[in-house]
Amino acid sequence: MSSEEMLKKQAKKEKRLLYRIKRERASYLMLAPYFILFFLFTVLPVVLSIGLSFTHFNMLEMPTFIGWDNYVKLFLEDDIFGIALKNTLIFAVITGPVSYFLCLLFAWIINEFHGKLRAFLTLIFYAPSICGNAYLIWTIILSGDRYGYLNGILLKFDIINEAILWMKTEQYVMPVLIIVQLWLSLGTGFLSFIAGLQTVDKTLYEAGAIDGVKNRWQELWYITLPSMKPQLMFGAVMQITQSFAVADISIQLAGNPSVNYAGATVVTHLLDYGSTRFDMGYASAIATVLFLLMVGTNKVVQKILGKVGA
Amino acid sequence: MKKLGKTFRRLFHRQKQLNRSMAGNTLLFVLMGICGVFMALPLVMIANNALKPLDEIYQYPPKIFVRNPTLENFSDLFVLMNDSWVPFSRYIINTVIITGGGTVGHVLVASLAAYPLAKRNFPGKSIVFSMVVLSMMFSWTVTQIPNYMIISWLHINNNYLALILPAWQYGMGLYLMKQFMEQIPDSLLESARLDGASEFRVFWTIVMPNVKPAWLTLAIFQFQQMWGNTGSMYLRDEALKPLQFALQQITAGGAARAGASAAVTFFIAAIPIIFFLACQSNVLETMTTSGMKE
Repeated sequence: MSSEEMLKKQAKKEKRLLYRIKRERASYLMLAPYFILFFLFTVLPVVLSIGLSFTHFNMLEMPTFIGWDNYVKLFLEDDIFGIALKNTLIFAVITGPVSYFLCLLFAWIINEFHGKLRAFLTLIFYAPSICGNAYLIWTIILSGDRYGYLNGILLKFDIINEAILWMKTEQYVMPVLIIVQLWLSLGTGFLSFIAGLQTVDKTLYEAGAIDGVKNRWQELWYITLPSMKPQLMFGAVMQITQSFAVADISIQLAGNPSVNYAGATVVTHLLDYGSTRFDMGYASAIATVLFLLMVGTNKVVQKILGKVGA
Repeated sequence: MKKLGKTFRRLFHRQKQLNRSMAGNTLLFVLMGICGVFMALPLVMIANNALKPLDEIYQYPPKIFVRNPTLENFSDLFVLMNDSWVPFSRYIINTVIITGGGTVGHVLVASLAAYPLAKRNFPGKSIVFSMVVLSMMFSWTVTQIPNYMIISWLHINNNYLALILPAWQYGMGLYLMKQFMEQIPDSLLESARLDGASEFRVFWTIVMPNVKPAWLTLAIFQFQQMWGNTGSMYLRDEALKPLQFALQQITAGGAARAGASAAVTFFIAAIPIIFFLACQSNVLETMTTSGMKE
């Protein structure tokens, strides 16, 4: 009797699901072109890579299954991975929130300007992101001899008495990389905030003024930020993917491997194994660990952002 | 003095704005000036290098500003372009196809998929969306080999499609579009549906015009991405390769070509900047008059 009832319920549920799917066929149709490509060029490769992380694969011979060996080696034997993980977390904790804040601050300030000046300022602040490897200018600034701009200035004012090899001295590597990364940070998030600010309904500001909003700061917190919550979420995800994946600037400025691994990050470590040592199984294991780290961080950040303007 | 204040205010907004103090405006102006100098450094350096004669390029210690500007580097570049392996116009056509196809296609495909994810409620929606967002967190370095295998398996190796099709499915574009579309009030869409518009029509005539700042911004990102692609992993035929590849070959020519490569660097940066300014000035104009939200 009761099992019969359950079957009936089940059938009804299925019918409802089928009905919903049928009703939404336009949605599936619109999603299809994207999703087919996404499945082919993202889902499949990611699944295959996670699979490879359980193998030994040198890109010449067929991969051989070795179970959890790569992960065991990664956490128990690989000292450099420990350093890389520590540096990456430092990057994530410092540059992540700070550059997120900078993106928002500068987007908001630029939004106060008008017309051509606004477009021009947007270009200036986005310049480090649009000029490809613009950070190479830092190699001139940080040059280790006395002709490097930074050394030159410090020598001139007698702050130091001999030139410092900035990128070859362990203690300076991380602070310098963090500054360069912050300088580079007005990228994707910044432009999406600029666009997001454009969609805030102007009449809300007038209504706010009547309701007692007194200055631009109150306006920002009570009207602007809550109105652009979707963009804030987007910016946060982009910030996570960027600050956990710092690698290029470290390789270009400090080298890979850097002096005593002072500038090693998870991704430079991954590149070391993936493109220099051709150990793709191990590189895939590193990528999988990094992925889990970012997913966890994302969960926490999304929760915090839910409280904005509340 | 009063007039000065007026022109100063005009820099910010056409009319006097609510809740804005003169002191605050001045402070922001000064702050932006100081930070702007640092941020503009690469632009200044690229432009100056392109105008430097050879002896200044190799001057040690290096100077940022040019002293005897010349257009020699550009004429050198044109000479080199003329004796390239395949006619240089071929590279330009390839770039137009790859960059244009990758940018326009991505904006269309990603927006089309973002609409149901933002505004419809269908079974499987949340799974698809979280897959897209999470996929951005997987390092692309290790997915390159599986990607190469899939592209060979589809037989689109050594074909424009090997660069264009993967570009259509980047997760960031879909995520960006979906976030902006979420803000469109449902009532606006509902009234169009009551008038008998199909979902596709609602998407094209109501949703897309209302998220213009979003897709213009996405076009900037995607253009930059496609423009920087040398295609060397998938394209073997010289006649298929994009401009970026040919230009980097010139740069790889060593010390004798330092002048031409400074011109190349300038050119490589200039095109995305022009595209950026064209899109960005439109982003900033669109929304100023409409009050579309509830």
